[in-house]
Amino acid sequence: MATAEKYVGGGVLRKEDPKLVTGQGTFVESITLPGMLHVAFVRSPYGAATIGAVDTVAAAESPGVVAVLTGEDLAGEWAAGLPMAWPVTDDIRIPDHWPVAKDAVRYVGDAVAVVVARTREQAADGADLVSVDYEERPAVVDIESARADGAPRVHDQFEDNDCYTWALTNGDVDAAFTKADIVVTERYTQPRLIPNAIEPRGVVVQPVPAAGDYTIWSATQIPHIAKVLFALTAGIPEAKVRVIAPDVGGGFGSKLNIYAEEIVCLVLARRLGAPVKWVATRSEGYVATVHGRDQIQEMEIAADTDGRILGYRAKILANMGAYLQLITPGTPLLGAFLFCGSYGGEAYHFECTGVFTNTTPTDAYRGAGRPEATYAIERAIDALARAVGVDPVEIRKRNFLPTGEMVPSPGGLAFDTTDYEQNLDRALEIVDYDSVRAEQRARRESGDSKIIGVGLSTYVEMCGLAPSQVLGSLNYGAGGWDAATVRMLPTGQAEVVTGSSPHGQGHVTSWSQIAADALGIGFDDVTVLHGDTQVAPHGMNTCGSRSLSVGGIAVHNACGRVVDKASRIAAHLLEVAPDDLEFEGGTFSVKGVPDRQATIQEVAYAAWTAHSLPEGEEPGLTEHHVFDPPNFTFPFGSHICVVEIDTETGEVEIVRYVAVDDCGNVVNPQIVDGQVHGGVAQGIAAALFEEATYAEDGTLQTSSMLNYLVPSAAELPSFELDRTVTPSNSNPMGVKGIGEAGTIASTPAVMNAVLDALSHFGITDMSIPATPEKVWTAIRDAKGGAA
Amino acid sequence: MTRISLSINGVSHEADVEPRTLLVYFLRECAGLTGTHVGCDTTSCGACTVLMDGQTVKACNVLAVQADGSEVTTVEGLATNGDWHPLQTAFHEEHGLQCGFCTPGMLMASVGILAENPDPSESEVRHALEGNLCRCTGYQNIVNAVLAAAEQLRSSAAQG
Amino acid sequence: MISAPFDYERADSVAAALELLRQGGEDARLLAGGHSLLPLMRLRLARPTLLVDIGRLDDLKYISGDGDTLEIGALTTHHDLADSHELRDACPLLADTASQIGDPQVRHRGTIGGSVAHADPASDLPTALLALDAEFIVQGAGGSRSVAAGDFFHGPFMCAVEEGEMLTAVRVPLSGARGVYRKFHRRAQDWAIVGVAASVQVESGAVASASIGLTNMGGTPLRAAAVEDALVGATDTGSIATAASRVADLPHPHDDEQASADYRLHIAEILIGRAVRAAMA
Repeated sequence: MATAEKYVGGGVLRKEDPKLVTGQGTFVESITLPGMLHVAFVRSPYGAATIGAVDTVAAAESPGVVAVLTGEDLAGEWAAGLPMAWPVTDDIRIPDHWPVAKDAVRYVGDAVAVVVARTREQAADGADLVSVDYEERPAVVDIESARADGAPRVHDQFEDNDCYTWALTNGDVDAAFTKADIVVTERYTQPRLIPNAIEPRGVVVQPVPAAGDYTIWSATQIPHIAKVLFALTAGIPEAKVRVIAPDVGGGFGSKLNIYAEEIVCLVLARRLGAPVKWVATRSEGYVATVHGRDQIQEMEIAADTDGRILGYRAKILANMGAYLQLITPGTPLLGAFLFCGSYGGEAYHFECTGVFTNTTPTDAYRGAGRPEATYAIERAIDALARAVGVDPVEIRKRNFLPTGEMVPSPGGLAFDTTDYEQNLDRALEIVDYDSVRAEQRARRESGDSKIIGVGLSTYVEMCGLAPSQVLGSLNYGAGGWDAATVRMLPTGQAEVVTGSSPHGQGHVTSWSQIAADALGIGFDDVTVLHGDTQVAPHGMNTCGSRSLSVGGIAVHNACGRVVDKASRIAAHLLEVAPDDLEFEGGTFSVKGVPDRQATIQEVAYAAWTAHSLPEGEEPGLTEHHVFDPPNFTFPFGSHICVVEIDTETGEVEIVRYVAVDDCGNVVNPQIVDGQVHGGVAQGIAAALFEEATYAEDGTLQTSSMLNYLVPSAAELPSFELDRTVTPSNSNPMGVKGIGEAGTIASTPAVMNAVLDALSHFGITDMSIPATPEKVWTAIRDAKGGAA
Repeated sequence: MTRISLSINGVSHEADVEPRTLLVYFLRECAGLTGTHVGCDTTSCGACTVLMDGQTVKACNVLAVQADGSEVTTVEGLATNGDWHPLQTAFHEEHGLQCGFCTPGMLMASVGILAENPDPSESEVRHALEGNLCRCTGYQNIVNAVLAAAEQLRSSAAQG
Repeated sequence: MISAPFDYERADSVAAALELLRQGGEDARLLAGGHSLLPLMRLRLARPTLLVDIGRLDDLKYISGDGDTLEIGALTTHHDLADSHELRDACPLLADTASQIGDPQVRHRGTIGGSVAHADPASDLPTALLALDAEFIVQGAGGSRSVAAGDFFHGPFMCAVEEGEMLTAVRVPLSGARGVYRKFHRRAQDWAIVGVAASVQVESGAVASASIGLTNMGGTPLRAAAVEDALVGATDTGSIATAASRVADLPHPHDDEQASADYRLHIAEILIGRAVRAAMA
């Protein structure tokens, strides 16, 4: 039974906000327990070293210190090493990864000992006093050095630093390149990025020694997955582990992991029989929380003389870092199907080799694999436009996949719904493309020192990670479903229990909109419960822009089941058949006799008292649904960036940024816009500001917020947003996902704009980030050395 | 240990503290006001911004002993008798927050901005927020919220 | 991050502060706004055993002038400098420089004395004060002495303030020059990659004299004497640019992760031109 949409698509304000704007949020650092001990980590200052003697005596005697434990001391605590859930190939090399290193350290930040003390200050003082004899070894930090002959090996247990090679071929790629009139060959680098959720990671563990129970509060995106893996790693029965993700201050993939500090705190709580707490400092987080990206990409496109694409080859080298975290090897493969973007062609080859280095492990960072793929194809299609001699708009229109449903892409996947050209036209209209081009010509002709450029990114991405069977075929270690339970309470409100685990995305609001419409009750009569495995036992959490298109659909469908059951009970109360009822606005009424009716609240009360239920009907009005979608969703859109470059200094300023996204149907427009804003900002940051760099010895040079350039409001423009709506057919609400689209789309839009601005100098390539010095140097060199 | 006493949101607090105790930890752990957050250790992110004697400061870079005798206002002290400050309302209405971790600092920084410049342009708001980092919102709705609150405050002042 | 433990004393006078410093020995430090020292202590890169808090010495917070000389107390904050109408009129370069330091929160706490005595080569105020031919009043147990800005900065984080001394005031001769500070950095809150302080006397549309200070072009703030000489008589963009190009006569600046030496020199040249033009406008 359908019901009219009252809240979905409308402008309700977020339910999450009142506590957050008044300082009443509960983030992990605010959790304090009686008798709680504080943990500090002693970390390697070396990129590679053998661990000799560890002198803990002075630390152990320091005031307030309760325990000082080395990797050797803790070796008996682990039932397994830190988990890696995505062994992408059968022959992947998976190194031992202990939460506290025993014999050797392999990156700056690798933990070698822990200090437990009565206060945070005492723990820090104790950690300061632990003395470790390191024998430094040669380190290797970048992909190419790690693959050179005779390169230092990160793991002695393997012959070289390659981790795996994964390949995918669709169609006859060699034939496509043989018959091509034009072959574009490009090489791009993806700098390493540091996610920088503003809340540092933290964990509190409360043991109940007599019961063997553990409650773990963690700043995590994945409490449900964590429950399983904490149990396996620490050797605790899963049912004894309760994981709570309280208010979580942003994640962007960096909290989609199982971290050493979580496991260490769990086993310390077990060993000491007392609650323990650890909260990262920002600088500590910079070395001890996963990084993102860090790839070298070779991208080739084969096309006919008109620039119609025949085939693609993408060959990727991906920096894994020193160890494999939860989905380190799989992260680049989330882009494996997207190096053809929104375009057609006959043949496709993708190949990725993972490489170990003496650096912090990489893993998911907003977009995870798709920003890298999108950057490569969107840069390469501009290169193709140059080779053909047509405008970037024209080359895209010549190659867009056709509008339709289940449209096969050269990468091998069928895209749910496509309608690319009208979306691009809308963006061109907003930016007034022809005027921007005219302005560009005028500035060039007048010799203005400030030049402008315009860049496009007509991306498609895949999200709603999703069908469990497909994830299984990729060797991913978990399912792609999500779960919801909807309870109508006897007093007429609804509790929605979700397996999604928000950390800023506004699920409480969006899920309330969905449930309120589906149940025909008020928005304020819905309470959403999440993030506690004891309250919400089933879930696959929040990552990969999957929450709405999987978890939100589970809510929608569970509500449908509630209405179905309510309908049976209402029919019984009204003494008619269920088919004789209509459901509208929360009221069941008899068709043709509208004054014979029962509200869903009345039905809920009747279901609770259970005084008179249909034969065989169980009391209560609670239903559960687990949604496992039939396909991914493929949001798309057109982002157009206009930059102004000061040729005297090389500074790039974004003067216009237009984003027209198509994420299917929209539940909450304000939240969707907010996701685009934040996503675009992160992609712009990658294009112009952020880059994590290592010295050759393995020292992270960009070691704090002082020199890793997270932009502020002063460095960013306002964005101009619009949408087209092409509902997905992968789920009954027609929704797609928007959490990562902005980040995926924006980096190439900015870089294409920078290169477009510089095109009259003959400049066709530049690595990200486009720093002022890089831009200025390129201009100087193009002019023959005289700036 | 050093004895200090300060007024926080109009309530006086007296305690013995280690000299190295940062004001932000005093607020969070001694005064129990956990709305002020710690987001970095380099005075970069501004999540810990509070008002100290009417001026915005980053409470992670002020020792509690330095704040002895001061009047401090935190996000918990922003509402008056349960009525939200116009900035709180504007952040809510303009969707100026997502995860909410930077929000207390953004709000307090914005109080300071509007105290010094009641009618800022968008560009002035963006520059005045240079010391506060947000990773969720891309700042657009934060800036919109500050502008909306400024307008609200000006119109209240004009009526008042 | 938490700093290592230390003792804390609050001074109620300059004399008391000096006595506390003396008692504390070589590991005692003065604490003013704390915006140079506390970040280093939190990362445990600095470990003083005693902090002498001079933040309550309100008689060191002032801006006063007699028409010829401006005197600024060491505890005057960046915010107070930027916000002072008197300073904006009398010495616009200093107010302009202060307004570009850090962010509003930092400007509310950071002090001119702390900034000068910390002698960070990337710091803005020392450069402006060097360009203004300022003098620094340094007080020790034996009395006070005045050190010219040109003699004050000895190297990165090294200056003329000796152990047991404190900087109490800054004196700036008032020349009526127009001044502008131009700062090149990646984010508004960042330290200068290059900064240029220009103080310019203009007569009949031409530069009569100019002082050019440079930030982060060496281990101390620098004066670009060759540029200053060449600027005399400059009237337009072209002649100013020609003079600015003499910045290449300076010792080659350093390469670091933020900028190559060549780029630093180039940016300095561009900023000199822009600062001088703005000062003349």
